[in-house]
This record gives sequence, structure tokens and C-alpha cells, in this order.
Amino acid sequence: MQNATVKAATYNDTVVRQFAIMAVVWGVVGTLMGVIIASQLVWPELNLGLPFTSFGRLRPLHTNAVIFAFGGCALFATSYYVVQRTCQTRLFSDKLASFTFWGWQAVIVAAAISLPLGYTQGKEYGELEWPIDILIAIVWISYAIVFFGTIGIRKVKHIYVANWFYGAFILAVALLHIVESAAIPAGWFKSYSAYAGVQDAMVQWWYGHNAVGFFLTAGFLGMMYYFVPKQAERPVYSYSLSIVHFWALIFTYMWAGPHHLHYTALPDWTQSLGMVLSLILFAPSWGGMINGIMTLSGAWHKLRTDPILRFLIVSLSFYGMSTFEGPMMAIKTVNALSHYTDWTVGHVHSGALGWVGFISIGSLYFLIPRLFGQKQMYSVKAIEVHFWMATIGVVLYIAALWISGVMEGLMWRAMNADGTLAYTFVESVKAKFPYYFTRALGGFLYMSGLVIMLWNTYKTATNGKPATVQIPAVVAHA
Amino acid sequence: MDIINLLRIVFTVLSFVLFIAILVWAWRNRHSAQFKDAQNLPFDQD
Repeated sequence: MQNATVKAATYNDTVVRQFAIMAVVWGVVGTLMGVIIASQLVWPELNLGLPFTSFGRLRPLHTNAVIFAFGGCALFATSYYVVQRTCQTRLFSDKLASFTFWGWQAVIVAAAISLPLGYTQGKEYGELEWPIDILIAIVWISYAIVFFGTIGIRKVKHIYVANWFYGAFILAVALLHIVESAAIPAGWFKSYSAYAGVQDAMVQWWYGHNAVGFFLTAGFLGMMYYFVPKQAERPVYSYSLSIVHFWALIFTYMWAGPHHLHYTALPDWTQSLGMVLSLILFAPSWGGMINGIMTLSGAWHKLRTDPILRFLIVSLSFYGMSTFEGPMMAIKTVNALSHYTDWTVGHVHSGALGWVGFISIGSLYFLIPRLFGQKQMYSVKAIEVHFWMATIGVVLYIAALWISGVMEGLMWRAMNADGTLAYTFVESVKAKFPYYFTRALGGFLYMSGLVIMLWNTYKTATNGKPATVQIPAVVAHA
Repeated sequence: MDIINLLRIVFTVLSFVLFIAILVWAWRNRHSAQFKDAQNLPFDQD
């Protein structure tokens, strides 16, 4: 009894620590997979001639590892930390929170085994076979119970904006996952989609784009609204703007999926609607970016000395860049050039490495020392080095794929006077070689930065010890 | 026009009206004490 009362007066940071450390570990593993497949594009022999190590099987392993393992663990860690701090209460259930950790790791391990073996539903970002899908659903519902349960027992009246974003992310991902994964099993490791033809394609990209919108954006905006103010030591620039930002994203993101299916069998009106709503999406995205960056107003000098703040603010610059590029690429005429080229891959990585990666890395550098009772990371110099390696890595990566993407798009559409194609497909592949090399190099730099982070995390954790933080006496306001 | 389609239209229009209402509400309260307190929530715990 005594013990339970003492426990109730502290935050549950055990689960935060577990997820934070695994986020760093999976970050290295996921980007390593990326570097391997990027190298295979330069030197195809690197697939070793084995089915398990072929591009087609490692590519979904890479995307699942970086999105769901690295991104997912970072989201679990930060959301559990933020919801406790801003609700000034312990997590709703320690046991269920612990289940979400072990359950999520089990999902990741199952993915790491089943994908190289070739078990797949063949749906982008939804490749995992149905038994794993069911485990994901169970873990996710437990996550929702822990998160919303904690909000339910909060000691402050107001629900801070970061929790709105995390909450929307949890609800939307539950909905997306269940609809997308609907399938008819044909044995333990094989299933067929519940949808057919163009409906199947539309469900896929409704899911796929909202995975970007809610998994890779809303949740990370939750991070932004907590960790940017904390690290800058100033409240968010405008609370009104944060509310408008939230609802504008909620009302528009769900419509943008059809831009992945321009000039396909999808009805024309659906394509145009998807394009227009994608263009509208530019406004809330930039509203949010401005809100994050302007939080620094009057404290810009901190950028000079604080590499963590630099990670956070540069992440917002990449968020702004990719949310400008995205709507532009959703315009049908631009899409006619960009679609199926490396430009798309470059765009995704400017969002994934630049925005999602940087905001997670910055937030984790804020979290990790605090979780181990330290003032700062073991080596601040190493954070500095990591920042420059990651920044140069992303810039090399996206610049290479811009050039290679636009080039191959132009080569594919180039025609001779008699109407025949000016280039064969293989000529466009050959022309991309130097850019593929630069991309692999950029990816390698980014991965190496994460290896430094892993070392720094290990040093910080072993130099300190798991800290137990008291919940402050409730101040009656807000 | 079938009923499902009508419901879709009504839902979309109502969502838009609701969004405009949120916009007006958020903007009118931009200097309120409630928002000021909310803004400072991350700094209350330590």
C-alpha cells in the first residue's frame, strides 16, 4: 500500500526510457537497411544473389523499420512523457503501458523476420501479414487506453495542444490500420485484400497518405509543441494559431490521398479533388511551421550555441520545404513529370530524414539525459557533430534525387520528331548512376550520425542511473 | 439523389461551418487568460 502511494506520486518514466532507447537503436537499424538498398541501386551485386537480401524484400523492411520502429518508438516515448508532464499525473496503467512496449517490439521483430522471408500483403507501408496486423491492432488499442486514460485522470483542466496532436495521431492510425488491413486470410501467412480494383488502390492511398499525415506529421507536431518551447525556454508563439493549425490539418488531411493516383483508373473528379485539397493543405502546414519557428522569436541567439535547438528548428525548415514541395507535386501537370521518378523518393526523404528524423533526434536529446538523472548528454560536442553529419547527409540525399528525378522524368517524355521515344528506359537508369552514388553517400552520413547518437546515449545512460521524478504539487489553474 | 449522398453533403458542409466557427473562436480568444495559461502548461511541472 505504502509503495503504491509513493509510486502514484511519481511519473512512469520506465516505459519512456525503454521506448527512447529503442528509438535510437531502431534508428540505426532502419537507416542501415536504407543504406544497404541505396547501395544495391548503385552496385546491384550487393543483393548477394539471395532472395532474403534482394531489394524487393529489404525495401519494405527499411520503410517499416524507420517509420514504425524508429518513428513509432520515438512517438511512444515522447507521448508518454508529454502526456504525464502536461496532465501532471502518472500514466493511467503501468501494466498496459509495459504491454505496449513489449507488444510493439514483438511487432518489429515479426516484421524483421517475415519481410525478408517474403511474406507480404503487397500494400505500401501496410505490408505485414494479417496475424501481425492483429497484434498491431491490439497494441494500438492498448496505447489508446493508456493515453486517453491518462488524459481522463489529469490534474489540470486544460488539455495542452501537444496532447491534441498525439491524440489525433493515435485515433487516426487506429482507423487507418483497421480499414487498410481488412483482408481475407488464406492460411497463416497469406491473405487477400478485402477490396478490389480501383477501390483497393484508393483505400491503399487513403491509408498511405494519411500514414504520412497522421503517423509522420500529427504525432511529430505533438513533439514540436512540447519540445520546441521546452528547449527554447519560451511558450509557443501563438496558442490560437496552434488550435487553428490542429483543426485545419484534421479537416483536410483525409482528402489528399488521391494525388498518389493521378492519371490512373481513379475517376478524374477524385483526382482533381485530391489535388485541390492537397494544395489547401499547404496553409495549415506553414501555419504550424511558422508557429514553431516563431517560438524562438527573441531567442535566436540560442541557435548558435545549442545543437539540440538547432535540430528542432532545422526540422521545421524541412517540414516547411516538404510541405511546399508536396502540394506542388500534387498538381496534376507537375505530377505528370514527377510521378514514378526519384523526385518522389527525394520528397519523402526530405520529410522523413529532415522533418521526422530531426524533430525526433532533437526531442530524444532533450529526453535521454533527463531520464537518467543527468543535466545533458554525455557529449554535447558529439551532438554538434551529429547535427552537421545529418544535415549534410539530408542535403546530399535530396539534391541528388531532385536532379535524378527531374532528369529521368524528362528523359521518359522526350520524343523524336517522328513520335518515337528519344531514350530507352535503361538509358535513364544508366544516367542516374552518379546521383544514386551521392544518395547512398548522403544516407551513409545520416546513418553514421545516428551511430554517434547511439554511442552518446549509451555513455549518458551508463554514467547516470534511471531517475524517478516526483509529480509536482498540483497548482490549481489552467 | 439517394439519402447517403445527401448525408455526405450535409456532413461536409457542417464540417466546414464548424471549422469556420473554430477559426473565429480561436482568433477572438487570442489574448485570453485561458490561452495564456494553456501556453505555459509545459513549464508548470518543473
